[in-house]
Amino acid sequence: MQDVVQVVSNFISLDAVTIGYLFVVGFVGGLVSGFIGSGGAFVLTPAMMSLGVPGLVAVASNMCHKFPKALIGAVKRAKYGQVDVKLGVVLGISAEAGVLYGAHIQENIKKAFGDAGSNLYVSVAFVVILAVVGGFVLRDAWKTYRSGNTHEEEKATKLAKWVQSINIPGTMVYFKALNARISVLFTIPLGFATGMLAATIAVGGFIGVPSMIYVLGAPSLMASATELVIAFVMGLGGSFKYAMSGLVDIRLAMIILAGSLFGIQLGAIGTTYVKPFMIKVVMGVIMVIVLFSRGLMVPVYLSQLGLIQTLSEETVKILKTTSFAIMIAALLLGAFIVLRAMWQGRKAEKMQHSQDVLEHGKV
Amino acid sequence: MSGYGKNVRKKKPYGNMIIMGILSIALYAALLLNQDVINNIFGKGGVYAFLPIITAFVFSYFHGAFTGSFWTVLGVEAAKKKREVK
Repeated sequence: MQDVVQVVSNFISLDAVTIGYLFVVGFVGGLVSGFIGSGGAFVLTPAMMSLGVPGLVAVASNMCHKFPKALIGAVKRAKYGQVDVKLGVVLGISAEAGVLYGAHIQENIKKAFGDAGSNLYVSVAFVVILAVVGGFVLRDAWKTYRSGNTHEEEKATKLAKWVQSINIPGTMVYFKALNARISVLFTIPLGFATGMLAATIAVGGFIGVPSMIYVLGAPSLMASATELVIAFVMGLGGSFKYAMSGLVDIRLAMIILAGSLFGIQLGAIGTTYVKPFMIKVVMGVIMVIVLFSRGLMVPVYLSQLGLIQTLSEETVKILKTTSFAIMIAALLLGAFIVLRAMWQGRKAEKMQHSQDVLEHGKV
Repeated sequence: MSGYGKNVRKKKPYGNMIIMGILSIALYAALLLNQDVINNIFGKGGVYAFLPIITAFVFSYFHGAFTGSFWTVLGVEAAKKKREVK
């Protein structure tokens, strides 16, 4: 109880500037999430911490805005026929287990190596996973763009075809997104990894979406929409866990939600105007840029652990500021690509409409 | 619904936007004006954990409906041709 009282007193006071700042960051984060299914959270937590919010309260409040946001986004995209609720719930449940295990690993690392050790683990996880998965996603998007087949329906990968061909009696379930029956045994490790990543770097979708596309064979649009269901399931469980310890600052969560609900609706609408490979472009670009942002912090934590020579305070400050700025730039660039693609899509539709009207002699 | 074409004549949801907007503003005003009391209760943890969760659902329902009709009123809507997704 003592801890709880301590935390309550750590709830920051809010002024108009703080509220405006959180609203805007929430909007941009929501826009990206509505489009690629996740993202944004990696900026929101540090953004809150930069206002003086304690780390755990920032994580808890972020999670408490994430699940209602994901719910609204999922409902919106379900209207466009992009959501596979069953796949989302099945992956979401194993993701929940992944979150708990990921948090447990984090606690152990923190106990053994302190804050710097824990931060180093998070940053290395960021760099390695984003380099491998982000690089792969971006390469795939680039190949599609180069081949000129951006209009064609996406083909399932060899791996996905293999997964879909395996029959394990008693575990086979039909999923709409895949238009195939697959063994749920394949979904368990994928969901678990998504949850573990969510517990580590706050964005499980960086594994969830690519694994649905490349391992299970879901189209990009359905994968990114279904990720919102996973985020809802994970976020709801996670928020409740944190709320049990009184760590959720509901004001922060709801202010971010105010902005992000504007954003997520727009991002979801955006998906109806773009070619599916654009999902991969936005996701890959954000992942690769964020990777550099976290990479910059690795030397800071290494020096704090005494593994390399101590960095001067000035250097640490510069690295921290640059890292945060790159992170915001990644999110803004993602948002820019989404808005631009949407704008062009709308323009094309408008022109098509005018042409149709002229052809039918209605004018 | 679509921004162009046959649905252009469709009535925009002004009423829904205004009602939901007012309700959203009321919810936010209530939250921010009573923030100390709310933080004290919500921060207690344990069984009080249901409060922030319920709050999040209530806010998302009203504010979600408001933001949805907000974009529709502005004319920002999904593409007319729904993209084929397998």
